[in-house]
Amino acid sequence: MKDIEKGNFIIDTEAGTRALGLSIADAAEPGDIIALIGDLGTGKTALTKYIAEGLGIKEEVISPTFTIVREYRSGRLPLFHFDVYRLSGPEEFIDAGAEDYLEDSGLSVIEWADIVADALPADALLVNIEYAEDDKRRIMII
Amino acid sequence: MKNGKHLTLGIETSCDETAVSVVADGRFVLSNVINTQIGIHTQFGGVVPEIASRRHLEKINDVIEGALSEADVSIQDIDLVGVTYGPGLVGALLIGVAAAKSIAYACDIPLVGVNHMHGHIAANYLEHHELEPPFMALVVSGGHTNIVNVPDYNRCEKIGGTRDDAAGEAFDKVARVIGLGYPGGPKVDKAAREGDRDAVAFKRVWLEPGSYDFSFSGLKTQALNYLNTERQAGREIRVNDVAASFQEAVVEVLAEKAVSAALEFGQKRIVMAGGVASNTRLRELISEKAGAHGIEVLRPSPALCTDNGAMIASAAYYAYRSGERSGYDLDAVPALEF
Repeated sequence: MKDIEKGNFIIDTEAGTRALGLSIADAAEPGDIIALIGDLGTGKTALTKYIAEGLGIKEEVISPTFTIVREYRSGRLPLFHFDVYRLSGPEEFIDAGAEDYLEDSGLSVIEWADIVADALPADALLVNIEYAEDDKRRIMII
Repeated sequence: MKNGKHLTLGIETSCDETAVSVVADGRFVLSNVINTQIGIHTQFGGVVPEIASRRHLEKINDVIEGALSEADVSIQDIDLVGVTYGPGLVGALLIGVAAAKSIAYACDIPLVGVNHMHGHIAANYLEHHELEPPFMALVVSGGHTNIVNVPDYNRCEKIGGTRDDAAGEAFDKVARVIGLGYPGGPKVDKAAREGDRDAVAFKRVWLEPGSYDFSFSGLKTQALNYLNTERQAGREIRVNDVAASFQEAVVEVLAEKAVSAALEFGQKRIVMAGGVASNTRLRELISEKAGAHGIEVLRPSPALCTDNGAMIASAAYYAYRSGERSGYDLDAVPALEF
């Protein structure tokens, strides 16, 4: 994920989320990992939908909360969409077979990545989303 | 075969439950053993079940033995093995699939892989012994929200589904937002009975006209915004009212779309399935809306609404009867479609 702009910024519309998703998709390379951190309702799944759109994925991207991970293979890169909210920590993440996905040649997007941070490689792209005033979102990309 | 009955062993390990059941003639539950971790994990305030495949592996043999002994049959009496092969967690699914293949091979009996979603619908055959297709099905659970046309035993045609969060997931997440805790479905249901469902204006998301799809992800944001506004204004938050209003926004859309689908496809019956089928208000509202058109509504008892092996056994039995067989190369398919 070399070609992505790091730093802090505010997005205030759905179009802003979409633009960010598309630029992440454009920059994504096989094996990249995106760690999404943010509270309930901040738009983690919405951002992932736009990343999927940018990759050219045809299927509907639906919440992976129940199944922990969903795979989409109809785009430029395979997308592995995780929601690890229900996991107790990195051990359970590994038990669930996460390494097979992370080492694969797709793009892994992990919601609630703070829960499994210890199991993620140091070069994962960290995207932190927070509520800002007037229903806007403060995004921090590290 | 025992006492002239065809016996199916049903194995379900797609998510949190390790569940095995013995079903006679595809309709009669002889045993239904479920090992779940929900009880243990509730104390951690919502971080739920152990989903690791290791847990399934530790439990599977005990649960199979328990199901056989509760049914008072031996493994030699079993005529057919049915197992969930998707959708679900790959590691979890693999345990059930491997166990089923081993039994089929060792006992030299046929094996049928079952789609978990077809299983939920088949739970109704266990509850309503006279029920036969055709009908319209509404499958609503923590992981799924689908409207499915069922023209016969072995055809399930999905005509609508969620575009983001499942209905049960919306209940869990909103329950968390308003501090009701886990599991959200029953907690919201209970709180809503004491609340005013018109108190808070939650938006009904109908999507394009004629669509049978759903979108529930905006509801949790609406609940958060409402709570913030009320707190900032220094007003007391009435949790029961929020629960009732939120619940109404979900069940109204579910009920309306299920009834519209039944009417469009000319079905005289709506069959409910999945954990959310136990929701009191959904049952009430869908019966009311369907009743106005002379449509009958059926649902399984709560024990058969949640994941279980019996529903897998029943679905396997009917697939087997129409000639379906799986080979020893049966594999888990985590993203299996309808």
